Amino acid sequence: MSKLKPQKEYEKTGAFRFLRWLSGTKDPYVGVVEMHPQKEKVIPDTTILERMSETQMLRDKVYDTQHNKLLRAFHRIYIISAVIFCIALVGLLLVTVSYLPPTGDPSNPANNTVAERYIEQGLEETGALNIVSGMILTYRAFDTFGETNVLFIATCCVMILLMIDDELLKKQEVQNDRRFEPKNDMILQGVAFVLCPIIFIFGIYIILNGHLSPGGGFSGGAIMGAGLILYVCAFGFKKTQQFFNEHVYKIAKITALCMYGLIGGYFYITGANGIENHIPLGIPGHILSSGIILPINFCVGLEVACTMYAFYALFRRGGL
Amino acid sequence: MDFIRNFPCFSIMLCLFAGIISSGVKGRTARWINIVLLTTVTILSACTLFYTLSTGESFVYVMGKFPAPWGNEIRAGVLEAGMALFFCIIMLLSLLGGQHKLIAEVEENKIFLYYVLTNLLLSSLLALVYTNDMFTAYVFVEINTISACGLIMIRQVGRTIEAAVRYMIMSLLGSGLLLLGLCMLYDLTGHLLMSNMKESIAAIVAQGEYTIPLIVAIALMTVGLCIKCALFPFHAWLPDAYGYSTVSSAAMLSSLVSKGYIFLLIKIIYRVVGFDIFNNTRIIDVLFVFGLMGMIFGSLSAIKENDIRRMIAFSSVAQIGYIYMGFGMGTQYGMVASVFHILSHAATKSLLFIAVIGLTDVSGGSRKFIELTGSAYRNKWAGVTFTVGSLSMVGVPLFSGFISKLLFAQAAVQVDGKMLPALIVLGISTILNAIYFMKTVIRIYTPVEETSYPSVTFKDMKLYAIVLVFFIILNIILGISSQPIVDMIEQGLAMFA
Repeated sequence: MSKLKPQKEYEKTGAFRFLRWLSGTKDPYVGVVEMHPQKEKVIPDTTILERMSETQMLRDKVYDTQHNKLLRAFHRIYIISAVIFCIALVGLLLVTVSYLPPTGDPSNPANNTVAERYIEQGLEETGALNIVSGMILTYRAFDTFGETNVLFIATCCVMILLMIDDELLKKQEVQNDRRFEPKNDMILQGVAFVLCPIIFIFGIYIILNGHLSPGGGFSGGAIMGAGLILYVCAFGFKKTQQFFNEHVYKIAKITALCMYGLIGGYFYITGANGIENHIPLGIPGHILSSGIILPINFCVGLEVACTMYAFYALFRRGGL
Repeated sequence: MDFIRNFPCFSIMLCLFAGIISSGVKGRTARWINIVLLTTVTILSACTLFYTLSTGESFVYVMGKFPAPWGNEIRAGVLEAGMALFFCIIMLLSLLGGQHKLIAEVEENKIFLYYVLTNLLLSSLLALVYTNDMFTAYVFVEINTISACGLIMIRQVGRTIEAAVRYMIMSLLGSGLLLLGLCMLYDLTGHLLMSNMKESIAAIVAQGEYTIPLIVAIALMTVGLCIKCALFPFHAWLPDAYGYSTVSSAAMLSSLVSKGYIFLLIKIIYRVVGFDIFNNTRIIDVLFVFGLMGMIFGSLSAIKENDIRRMIAFSSVAQIGYIYMGFGMGTQYGMVASVFHILSHAATKSLLFIAVIGLTDVSGGSRKFIELTGSAYRNKWAGVTFTVGSLSMVGVPLFSGFISKLLFAQAAVQVDGKMLPALIVLGISTILNAIYFMKTVIRIYTPVEETSYPSVTFKDMKLYAIVLVFFIILNIILGISSQPIVDMIEQGLAMFA
């Protein structure tokens, strides 16, 4: 027969705490995690009514469908014709697809010398085991540079729309940042503490192995961006800004794109002028191989990670 | 290989670099980078133009060490180089002319973003002009679309945000259709490079295979580009986008962005599909009809308008209609007339937008006609420039508009079935143009007894006045020395085939 522990001693054991947690008498997070219930947005009834009546008035004035029978008829015809047009377009496209060459037929026009050379000589000419990487970053490097610039210009447009410059508004937005989430959520922080390093390492792995295995700059960059976003969610902007603020963001973005541009430009101009280019292809399969693909993947990854994070930060509080 | 052959590639890469670097500097530095870039690219394009003129043939530049069907290529001929030169000049003038409004209307911390957008816009225009690869064209169409959206909404007023959303929806629809058509063409030909595509398409047509998907693919691409450059039934996004954005944006959107897409369409017609195959489809008749409708309905909407900026915007719809009417004729002459009209309209429309801003500024910022009465006396430079632009739009000799109308009429006479409608609509459209432009000119030169608005002199607006003078000179050059330009266009189109 086991010895009965005194109550005080028993309360210190793990078994007691486990039983208490199981029965739900005490929540271990109460008092530890700051908890804010979500504030419901209260809109006074009067403004709702006012706004509704205003909208209604405007609508009545613009589309006076009650009295203007022509307009009502037009609205109906408009909707009906739009539906008919869409159905007709879908039908047309379906008919067209049935006339296209069948998928998977070896005699298709798309199976020609272009794909053949990519597959047969890709490894030899680009030094990349991953043919897709070799194709988009060597054979069609100019397109991919354009694609990277699409990301860059998209961030610029989001900045125009959402970046807050006014100091007062900025402060307000920073204070309201935690409106919908508890501060220092222990669960999230615990998970992020374990996951963030793994995510970053995985992202870096995918970027650095872009020429050896499926992946590359775009996918690896997206993973790293996701890791950054998780880190911000868990630990807040203040901690993130210690290593990734607007300054670092700008430097990283500009360096990545300029590096890509310089490497790309060197590649285009030497190639076009028939000058030998001095970037070695290396031994296929090694990590340091495949010429311009590895550095370009690195640049693209940096740019994509920056873009992902910038989108998140701009949408969340209008600044990095 | 001659060193000059590198210049098209240099100019595209320089624009991209300038855009990237501008994103890290302050507004003033970004402006200087932009001005230096535009001047450099102008010089590079001029060198390319003289080089192609002297050699008399176009050249292909392989981007990288992998030749034709495997790698990317760009291609420069007389028409491409000339267009690039022209785009650079117009962009430089538009930016300098609208600079004071840009500083007034855009938040100070965001001005550098404007220059980032313009640099990338220029890069995409140059790439659309020079490209020899359909997928490169698509990628740069994306850059063009996004930067145009940014240019519209950088002036943050409710109307511009709404206009930008409209523009984005319509423009993305256009891009989507272009991509659909491109995918179908790739499925049929197995190539993305223009010259290889053309060979494959000629083979397909000769064999009589895949007729339906080929026509659908061409139609999708054409409609997609028509939506993006606001041909008549797809012009709903245009008046707000041009009417409320900051004036440099309006000038660049109307005279560069839409023209870039039209130039891409010309390239597709000549270099991808083949002129004869394109003309044998019924698509050109549709383009012809829509062009004629646009000429009339655009002008009618402009007459009804009470806001001078929106009036000029609607006039763009009519002018785009002219260009598509030229395509619709299906002859070499029609095409030459259309290309000349691209130049003439680009020069005139940017002039009008820049001139109008001077008139509205001396009328308390109001764009209503009643407030503009007598404004040409208060700002004489803008008044004269606006009159020149109006006369050119109406088609008075000496100015560029006259030559393009003459070329259109000459082209119409040589087409059997389409002569009568083309000439009649050309006449009606000219009268309608005269109604709304002359109405405005008379309005701004009507003296008012007493006015509360101050006048401005040359000292208050040196840069602006100089830009206006350059615009007038450009317009008159196009109007007077039109024959060499038309010859150049013919030579360039011959190089396309």
